[in-house]
Order: sequence, then structure tokens, then C-alpha cells
Amino acid sequence: MADLQSQDYIRRSASNLTPPSVRHHELEVAKLIDVSRCIGCKACQSACMEWNNLRPDMEEFQGAYENPHDLNPGTWTLMRFAEYEDEQGNLEWLIRKDGCMHCEDPGCLKACPAPGAIVQYANGIVDFISENCIGCGYCVKGCPFNIPRISAEDHKSYKCTLCSDRVGVGLEPACVKTCPTGAIMFGSKDDMKDWAGERIAELKERGFQNAGLYDPPEVGGTHVMYVLHHADKPSLYSGLPDKPHISALVGAWKGFLKPVALAGLAFAAIGAFVHSIVSGPNETTEADEAHARAEMEKAKRDGSAKS
Amino acid sequence: MSYPKGTIVRNSTATRLNHWITGICFVLLTLSGLAMFHPVFFWLSNLFGSGQWMRAVHPWLGVTLVVSFLGLFVQFWRDNLWNRDDTAWAKSLDKVLDNREEEVPPVGRFNAGQKVVFWGMALIIPVLFVTGILIWEVYFGHATAIETQRVALLIHSLAAIGAMLIWVAHVYAAIWVKGSMRAMLHGWVTPGWAFRHHRKWFQGLVASGSPGPTPDSTAKFRD
Repeated sequence: MADLQSQDYIRRSASNLTPPSVRHHELEVAKLIDVSRCIGCKACQSACMEWNNLRPDMEEFQGAYENPHDLNPGTWTLMRFAEYEDEQGNLEWLIRKDGCMHCEDPGCLKACPAPGAIVQYANGIVDFISENCIGCGYCVKGCPFNIPRISAEDHKSYKCTLCSDRVGVGLEPACVKTCPTGAIMFGSKDDMKDWAGERIAELKERGFQNAGLYDPPEVGGTHVMYVLHHADKPSLYSGLPDKPHISALVGAWKGFLKPVALAGLAFAAIGAFVHSIVSGPNETTEADEAHARAEMEKAKRDGSAKS
Repeated sequence: MSYPKGTIVRNSTATRLNHWITGICFVLLTLSGLAMFHPVFFWLSNLFGSGQWMRAVHPWLGVTLVVSFLGLFVQFWRDNLWNRDDTAWAKSLDKVLDNREEEVPPVGRFNAGQKVVFWGMALIIPVLFVTGILIWEVYFGHATAIETQRVALLIHSLAAIGAMLIWVAHVYAAIWVKGSMRAMLHGWVTPGWAFRHHRKWFQGLVASGSPGPTPDSTAKFRD
């Protein structure tokens, strides 16, 4: 969709100027995914496809519950299934709805070179504005969660929009609407944190001592949060990063190198110009030509003397 | 190609075409690369039609440049081997910069500055090629791990900045030393130019009676 909410950006990719941000009196939203309530029915996946008119290609069976086997340009959310044997030897089936986490400090947006191709609204949603996307794949490198996928057909990057079109008109995201167990909830970020707190207390009572909220501070918090029974080991849940952060390589490239490189190039160009002003051109003189002629004539004389 | 009478062939027609294919690719790569590197240059993407077109064409320009530069490398590497004259020349860099070339030790076909440009590019271009392949999303986006691509992207940017700095020096030297541009555009220099800037090369040509490094039948060295 086009950027209908262009007056309430708080971040805009590859833009040095302050984005239009007059509509800032807006609550930060969040989606809360309570992993402990999820039954793995994939209704959220279907609802996502239905609302967003996505129909990814049918794949070969890969021997796992994941279907398709990974996120792709037409699959913006995916149930991931992990089998975990706890200390007591009990099997736990850890099911996690994967998708964009809508980071408060989005690595995709930081890495993006195309102005306005990635934006963040005042409500916290990180959205891809596809008409501005150039298909370079930098967002893939910037993302700490390995979420964006580039389409081979149109060379645009795709991911969950948190149903920004629905949220913009006061509706909850499609996955939230459809979830049959109430495992996915949506509201203001504060409310979702409160709700999560209650749920975590319940889980602790039931013996999940390490139950907790996944709202990683390394990316400034996220607008998609998880309630995990094992919040001390997020990676148990199909590789959810324990400490997600924007790669230091991306930080060096987009933070340090940009101004230093520009300064270096400007310095070189100015240096050359100043040299030209101070020293002037290096021109061949008539004396050089005379010397050269003399040497050539001498060689000719020597040559004819020999023959 | 015929050259004016009494001049010396510095660069053959094939060399010059080869050079300018490389040069045009380099400039276009710089423009598109800067556009993808820093937002203040993103407007340069319009020169390529759009951001999408720029993203699509940049790697192909790179491949063309690599092939083209290989041609230059084959032609130039031997004359760019470092020797004692170059060390002596480099030690007199202050006089070179001050245009007091009469006091600078004579050098062969290329001076130390040109050799640094040559070997700098010969080193950086393969780095740009390999890292560029790794981040070529369309064909190699899934070939390597994302972490590998992050490393490649950072090295690609650093190497590109290095190449641009060398390029600034290369272009300025061509503007600064009068007659150099003509040597690469039209191929010939005056005997005085060769005597002034590349005396040992000049003397070698005089001794052999050759009209230039790549003898051209129509070229006239002696009258």
C-alpha cells in the first residue's frame, strides 16, 4: 500500500531531514504473542494470507510441521515448531509464530539506502513502502531477526506490516482477529505489557520459573512481544535470538563509514583543487622539446655513423 | 589511427578504447555506488532511470569493468614493476608536486605515482568483484550466510572508497600534467613531453628507433 499515514512518521529510511511527524499524539501499539497458549493451528498464517491477498507457491513437503518451510515474499508470518526435552526429560513442543518484530530501533530501516522505502509510524509499526524499494537486500543484512524476503519476480522486499492498513482505521491485525485461543493479542504497548505480566505470574505459579516477556532492549524493545515459558533461553523457540542486535558490521557501515568516507573524498577533491591553485599545471616547455630534439638528432647521427 | 608527424605513440588505439571502457564503467559504478551508499547521493539513481534500474545495472557494470581492467592489466603490468628509479622518484615527491621536474630523477614509462594507482586498482578491483558477487542479491542472495554478506558489504564499501580516492588522484594528475589527457584520448605525446616526464622511456625509444611501445605503422617518430 502507499504511505497513507505519511504525516505520522517518526523514522524514514535514507533521510537526513525530520520526517513529517505532526501527528505524534498516538499510542504505541504492540502485538503480544502468548506462546504458552498457542496450539499451532496456523489460523494466523491463513488469516494473514487472506487479508493481505497473499498466495505463496505450493512447496514440497520438507518433513516438518512448518509449511512453507521458511518465510518468503508471500508468507509474512510462519508457525515454527521446536521439540525440546527439558531437565526432567519431558518433551515440550515449543511453537512460535515468526514474523517481523517491529523493532523500536529497526535494523532494516537503518540499512536501507532508498529514501522512504522503510518507515516507522508514531504507533511503532515498521512498514515497507514498496514503490520506493529498489531490491538491494540491505534490509536483510540490517535485520537482527532474519525476516525480510526479496521477491524474485518484482525485486521488492516483503514482510509483516502489522496490518498497518487495518490498524490505521482502528482494527486489530488479521492474525489477532482470527486466533482461536487468544494467544495473539493487540493493543497499546503498555496494556500488552500489563497483560503479559499477569500471564507470566500465572505461568510461574504453574511451575515455569523462567517464564517472562520477550521485549529485547538491545533493539529498543519491539512492537511484537512474546510471552515465553523459557524466557531465559529464547533460542529454544526455533532460534529466536537471545540477544538480538543490529550487527556491529552494519553499525560501522551505516554509522562510522558514511561520514568518514564522504569527508575523505571531499578532502581529496579539495586537496587536488588547492594544489592546482598553488602549484599550477605541469607543462612541457620549449626547453624540453629542444632537449628531446637534440637527443633524437644525436641518435640519428650515431646511427648513420655506424652504418 | 594515424598520429601527427614528429610525435610519439604513448597509447595504442586498442589501449585507449580499453582504458575508456574501464573508465566509463568506473564512473558509472561510482555514481550508482555512492547513491546506494549515502542518502545525499540517492538522487544520482535518476541517472540510471530509477533506483531499481540502478540496483540492477550496477553489478553488470562491475563485471564489465573487471573484464576490461583485466585487459589493461595484461598490457600494463610489466611496465609497472617497481624499480630503483621509482624509489628515487618517490623521494623527490616534494619537487614533483612543486612542478620542479627538472630536479627529479628520470623514470621509465610510468612513474611511482602511476604505479601506485595501477597496483592500488589491481588490488582493490578483485576485492570489489568478490565482495560484490557475495552481495549480488538477484543471483547470490541465498548463496552465503547473511553474516558473510554483512562482512562483504562493509569491505565492498571500504574498498570502493579506496578506489575512489585513487581515482581522484588519477584524474587530477591527468589534469595537472598537461599533455596526459591527449595521450589517453588521442594516443600521442610530443618528444618534449616524453623527455620531461618519462625520460628513460623516451631514451629507450630513441635508442631502439621505435615510434612507441606498440609500434603503429602509420606513426611517425622521426622525420
